[in-house]
Amino acid sequence: MKSLAELQAIKDKTNQELGTVEKRVLVGMATCGIAAGASPVYDVLANGVQGDLAKTVSVKQTGCVGICQYEPVVEIYEGDKRTTYVKMTAEKAQKVLEDHIKNGKVVYEYTIGANN
Amino acid sequence: MTCSNDKMVAGASLNETEFFKKQTRVALRNCGVIDPCNINEYIARDGYAALGKVLTEMSSEDVIQTLLDSGLRGRGGAGFPTGLKWKFAAANADDQKYVCCNADEGDPGAFMDRSVLEGDPHVVLEAMAIAGYAIGATQGYIYVRAEYPVAVERLQLAIKQAREYGLLGKNIFESGFDFDIDLRLGAGAFVCGEETALMTSIEGKRGEPHPRPPFPAKSGLFKKPTILNNVETWANIPQIILNGADWFAGMGTEKSKGTKVFALGGKIKNTGLVEIPMGTPLREVVEEIGGGIPGGKKFKAAQTGGPSGGCIPAQHFDVAIDYDNLIAIGSMMGSGGLIVMDEDNCMVDIAKFFLEFTVDESCGKCTPCRVGTRRLLEMLDKITKGQGTMQDLEEMKELCLYIKANSLCGLGQTAPNPVLSTLNYFYDEYVAHVKDKRCPAGVCKDLLSFTIDKDKCIGCGLCARNCPVNCISQTDYVAPGHKLASYVIDSSKCIKCGACMANCKVGAISKK
Repeated sequence: MKSLAELQAIKDKTNQELGTVEKRVLVGMATCGIAAGASPVYDVLANGVQGDLAKTVSVKQTGCVGICQYEPVVEIYEGDKRTTYVKMTAEKAQKVLEDHIKNGKVVYEYTIGANN
Repeated sequence: MTCSNDKMVAGASLNETEFFKKQTRVALRNCGVIDPCNINEYIARDGYAALGKVLTEMSSEDVIQTLLDSGLRGRGGAGFPTGLKWKFAAANADDQKYVCCNADEGDPGAFMDRSVLEGDPHVVLEAMAIAGYAIGATQGYIYVRAEYPVAVERLQLAIKQAREYGLLGKNIFESGFDFDIDLRLGAGAFVCGEETALMTSIEGKRGEPHPRPPFPAKSGLFKKPTILNNVETWANIPQIILNGADWFAGMGTEKSKGTKVFALGGKIKNTGLVEIPMGTPLREVVEEIGGGIPGGKKFKAAQTGGPSGGCIPAQHFDVAIDYDNLIAIGSMMGSGGLIVMDEDNCMVDIAKFFLEFTVDESCGKCTPCRVGTRRLLEMLDKITKGQGTMQDLEEMKELCLYIKANSLCGLGQTAPNPVLSTLNYFYDEYVAHVKDKRCPAGVCKDLLSFTIDKDKCIGCGLCARNCPVNCISQTDYVAPGHKLASYVIDSSKCIKCGACMANCKVGAISKK
């Protein structure tokens, strides 16, 4: 890294890339999430988002968001809109993939609001 | 989006929960938000901008002054002012200095540091480089437990990425400043979280503490000036540089600035990792963020500071959480474990639990800690078995004070705290164990007895069938209105497992 301008360029480029994504899917995969079974959930989502869909949807792993008893957690960001899916399984992830990620319909019964 | 759809997703986001709304996320700002394996995502959220600012615009004195002004105190538990530590290390001229990160998180139930390392590893690297510039060090070490394999893997990846980007290495930002970081894996000894023991362990020797002074800022790792800060402390620093000391000092109380991360656990609805401004009342953390105690049970105490801390009883439920308030009521901030206890927890048993931990983890170098904690545990064990005397209680207190005053390092100096604070606030419970041979919370097995109310018993025999030691048998007595004879427990054979009570459909079995 030679200059602040170089750092700024990386920041701008990354933000631009993040901006082109319509849905940013984050799977909580700290030790706690993995122990609760986040890996198969991640696999379903990552394998499901391929080809054209991958141009507008990104599936990433992330750290711990802090809600232990709700793990595994999947969050979907669409601009400012945040949807928090809790106590996920591979089967639930499949439904979220079909309904929410592909068709834009929130699967309310799996969200934190319905499981609180 | 249509109106109906809007309505449907109300409550679908973590943002809308009480758990989340009451928090202020500084150290955890990127956890659960960025991909920790991608340095670009960290940079996109102002990552490494603080390091850039420091290297291009600030002198090392400016950096230290900013930290002093911010009022940041060490998040490892003792709460020493971070800026002051850096100032001492900067003032000691030497050809080589070191910057260390204490990621040897060992308190039972605490996982703040792990979450930062796994969710935002670059923040630690950036902050350590800033410290290197401030004190004139070129090498950093992160001492992390080998039991945190995911954290180790992500740190290794983060260091590799930072080196590739030239954010670690030679001539960073063409400022002439060189800095690199290596990992050192600890084998999980609790004492290695103590600063002198940690440095001894990095040197490749057996992890044992040594007396201070000299303090590490003068003679630390490899006898060179060294600063050691905790993971959470590091995670605050880039934000302080970017947003300014005033911004940070604007949060918290007079002497405790900023926020604190707690691992909330025990008898609480929302277990989890929370970051709150200093000065937040304990009641708010437990009842609002934590969602209260399940099953309508009553709050009895909160334990902070792990094996080095103490219990905060119900009469101090409204205490504003900061370093000084917690010390004043006989507990301590500690690294951030916060365990909530209800009326079903026996305080003598809790003290015994933590003491068992310190007895196991005492390194054995000094006698007050090695022998003293063992003797203390033996006394506690006697009390929980109903064999204690009032004299034991007096002697325990004396021994506690002796261990605190004479131990070599922080482990021994704080080990009696769980005993002292429970003796102080829950003396009645100790007395009940000693005089009445009774455990009021019904936890200490040797003092429990299970009995069947012969008039309530319907004689179904479920208890007898579920008893693992076959100590329940049928009597000849048939209670009025019942068809079958009642059962009775032979308490000489009973192992007090509670299986009978759990299986009784009519609530005829009680323990006391």
